[in-house]
Amino acid sequence: MFEKLRNPEGRPITVFVDGTPVMAEANESAAAVLLRQGPVWARTTPVSGARRAPYCMMGVCYDCLATVDGVPSVQTCLTPVREGMRIDRQLGRRSVAS
Amino acid sequence: MMSAEPIDTIVIGGGLHGLSAALHLARAGRRVVVLERSWVGRHASGASAAGVRTLNRHPAEIPISLEAMDMWSNIEAIVGDHCGFHANGQILVAEHPRHVPVLEQRLASTQAAGYRHEELIDRAELLRLVPAISPHCTAALVARQDGAADPHRTLQAFRRSAEAAGVVINEGFGVTAVERCGSDWRVSTGQRDFVAPTIVNAAGAWAGRIAAMIGDDIPLGHKASMMIVTERVAPLLKPVTSVVGRPLSFKQSDQGTLVIGGGLQGRADIDRQKSFVNFAELAKAARAATDLFPSVGTVRIVRTWTGMEAKTDDYLPIVGASPVASGVFHAFGFSGHGFQLVPVVGAILADLIVHGATTRSIERLSADRFLRRRAAE
Amino acid sequence: MSRRVDLLIVGAGPAGLSAAVMARRHGLDVLVVDEQPAPGGQIWRNIEAVSGTPRAAILGKAYGDGIDVVRRFRTSGARYEPGTRVWQVEPGPRAYMTRNGTASCIEAGCLLLATGAQERPAPFPGWTLPGVMTVGAAQIALKSSGQIPSGPVWIAGCGPLPLLYAAQLLKAGGRIAGFLDTTPPGRMTAALPKLSAAAFAVPFDLLKGMGWLAAVRRRVPYVPRVTEIEAIGGDAVERLRYVTADGRSATVAAHLLLVHEGLVPTIHPTLALDCLHVWNPDQDCFMPQLDGWGETSEPGVFVAGDGAGIGGAAAACLRGEIAALRIAARTGRLSDAGAAAVAEPIRTRLRRALAIRPFLDRLFRPRADLFVPVDRTIACRCEEVNVASIRAQAAAGRPGPNQVKAFTRAGMGPCQGRQCNYTVAHVLAATEGRTVPDVGLYRVRPPWKPVTLSELAALDTTDMA
Repeated sequence: MFEKLRNPEGRPITVFVDGTPVMAEANESAAAVLLRQGPVWARTTPVSGARRAPYCMMGVCYDCLATVDGVPSVQTCLTPVREGMRIDRQLGRRSVAS
Repeated sequence: MMSAEPIDTIVIGGGLHGLSAALHLARAGRRVVVLERSWVGRHASGASAAGVRTLNRHPAEIPISLEAMDMWSNIEAIVGDHCGFHANGQILVAEHPRHVPVLEQRLASTQAAGYRHEELIDRAELLRLVPAISPHCTAALVARQDGAADPHRTLQAFRRSAEAAGVVINEGFGVTAVERCGSDWRVSTGQRDFVAPTIVNAAGAWAGRIAAMIGDDIPLGHKASMMIVTERVAPLLKPVTSVVGRPLSFKQSDQGTLVIGGGLQGRADIDRQKSFVNFAELAKAARAATDLFPSVGTVRIVRTWTGMEAKTDDYLPIVGASPVASGVFHAFGFSGHGFQLVPVVGAILADLIVHGATTRSIERLSADRFLRRRAAE
Repeated sequence: MSRRVDLLIVGAGPAGLSAAVMARRHGLDVLVVDEQPAPGGQIWRNIEAVSGTPRAAILGKAYGDGIDVVRRFRTSGARYEPGTRVWQVEPGPRAYMTRNGTASCIEAGCLLLATGAQERPAPFPGWTLPGVMTVGAAQIALKSSGQIPSGPVWIAGCGPLPLLYAAQLLKAGGRIAGFLDTTPPGRMTAALPKLSAAAFAVPFDLLKGMGWLAAVRRRVPYVPRVTEIEAIGGDAVERLRYVTADGRSATVAAHLLLVHEGLVPTIHPTLALDCLHVWNPDQDCFMPQLDGWGETSEPGVFVAGDGAGIGGAAAACLRGEIAALRIAARTGRLSDAGAAAVAEPIRTRLRRALAIRPFLDRLFRPRADLFVPVDRTIACRCEEVNVASIRAQAAAGRPGPNQVKAFTRAGMGPCQGRQCNYTVAHVLAATEGRTVPDVGLYRVRPPWKPVTLSELAALDTTDMA
């Protein structure tokens, strides 16, 4: 849905979205990375199971929640990516891993 | 201005106990008016964890609590809605072997009194009932017929059935004075006055002030019990779980949220009708929750709140006729565990008002116990 | 163990940064905490990385200007802790926050909330579908990540931001499928009486805005007087339906719809503190009641920037400085008279910076229908409560927002009502024949940002009352 402008200064890194390696730029947000994947969505809701995608990108809507490095319900718009970060879309009510 | 229609009973307080009393009285043919200062369920009833618990109750409460339990099992027949009640049990966990004797003594005393609603279970059965619990837990006391309900759904059900039975609920009517008016009582509010031969004082945290208006000087403290609710999570546990020696009550709602309480106290400002969460204190509940359920550490807290209600010196409620003022009946001071008693206490008040007596066991809940002590001081 | 500082500033946008610089100038011990990874707030997001790159040219001068403020802040000696989420403030003032998974508590001599604004929630049918975003969100993606929509995008809304973003997007080589202007007819007539003062004070801003509008009207399909929009699709937006004031409707293919209907101050912190708030009829929002220095009704708690009422970046900087002067006087670094004297010329500049506001507020006042959406619209995104459910509650009595919350779960989700509080207030007001200030908003239950159980469990509470 989004594409990056050419940015010679950007430092390319690799992150994993649902296990698939994708290119990212150091310090951009995980939500920004999700916006370049197709189809664009971050989670399904715990109420009806509807898909949601990043909406506000500034931490007030909570629709960009996803599982980051195994931790569910992370606000991806407030989470800068790091090399090797795993971003997994979150389905419905989050699990409580034991 | 006076009320036009004759009224038999004025119920002061539109919480669950006030609504239940009004419902039972109306069904017995009485004309009932509820006066609620703000709105139905504004304080403790709307902020309740809604535990439906006979487990580990004070012996003085056990008889009425067991009867209330029967009523909860049948709640749909009483108020036309299941109130979100699920009988998934309540469990009191002994974390460490040194806590087991506490449970054993409790069980021995209730059994000696002839009660059979509690049961001691070992670690294997505990893990079967609550697989998510930390395996360091040793044993537990369980009341399998107990459970929890949905407080807002319960409020709506009691309100609807009270109104269907003819109760008139006046919201935004704060009581400013209660005075004798011949053989009746005149209750003044900011809007208008109401006159009736009988009054139910179910004013929760503010019930002591109402009692004082009719001459009952009952020493009353306050509670502002704090609650935590989390984001919705996948099914984790069914019974309501508490633990010996630590401030924790832990359950999962129908929506999937974890609802965590345990009686930790926030700050109450009774005059301003506001209460405030104390996070330094609430951290203890989070500690207990993550110790007993290690998998919930990353679960996000979405809201916390406090609910204000009255607390008596012995943590038992005051239910029954005023010792000094005829026609006034109290139901308050539930001290943090009144939700389960709602259906039965309403029935008791209807007994007292309609028949002048009740066969239900409320001897130890009389206001007398405080007035006598006052007099002896 | 809790830490103590003279001044805790929440938010590293224009107001927070400027306040920090001013407070440091007067020798205060200042800590600035912010959710974002870098200073600048939303307006100057990622400015340190972008400044001097081609992206800065796309974003324009008002963005680029931020680098000077950020640099002054960096050398001011204020401590700065990015990536920090403040989730509760209490009288004291005392603030609870989480950083890197660790919760802590800070006791502050004074607290300055420079938490800015959020885009006004503008619900319409389909607004929760993937493919619907706010204009601000797309602009953040441009600032912080250097990315633009890959296909032609629809932009719908009212206010300076959609025009600015459209202009930026065109400069960046992006494509716009159409611009749906939801500004109602007659706004220019209403706003014109305010123009002379505005033009006299800040002609540059005004010219800039007119330039954006001209560029957009020249280069993209422009539909004026749009009264309704609806996003349609299954798992994501597929089509967009809109209706114009003359009653005509059109349905078009759409994969990305950006919407914006103005900004509202962030008031969760001051609501949680139980500060007094007032209704701003010109901006259709609540804001904290403040004295001339930005102090709230809670002693020692100040608000500066757009959180004090939408005023823009220049005004935010000046309000930050004014608050910092009062705080410096509180701590004895400055006499009251000294603070007043230093503040005087800043106040003059603030008046000039705010002179355009009455004009903008009138020109971009949202259409009345925006606030009371049709029944099938989701009001509460988190709990998926639609407008019909809110109306049904209102019809069954005269409930306030807190009762509606209890009975419908609207406002009980993780966003804490940030996306539905105004909608619930407006629907109740409309259904019950009341005004929004009379209805009010939900009580804010802390934490106002989610905190995990283990973070709270590890909160070090030694030496706390």
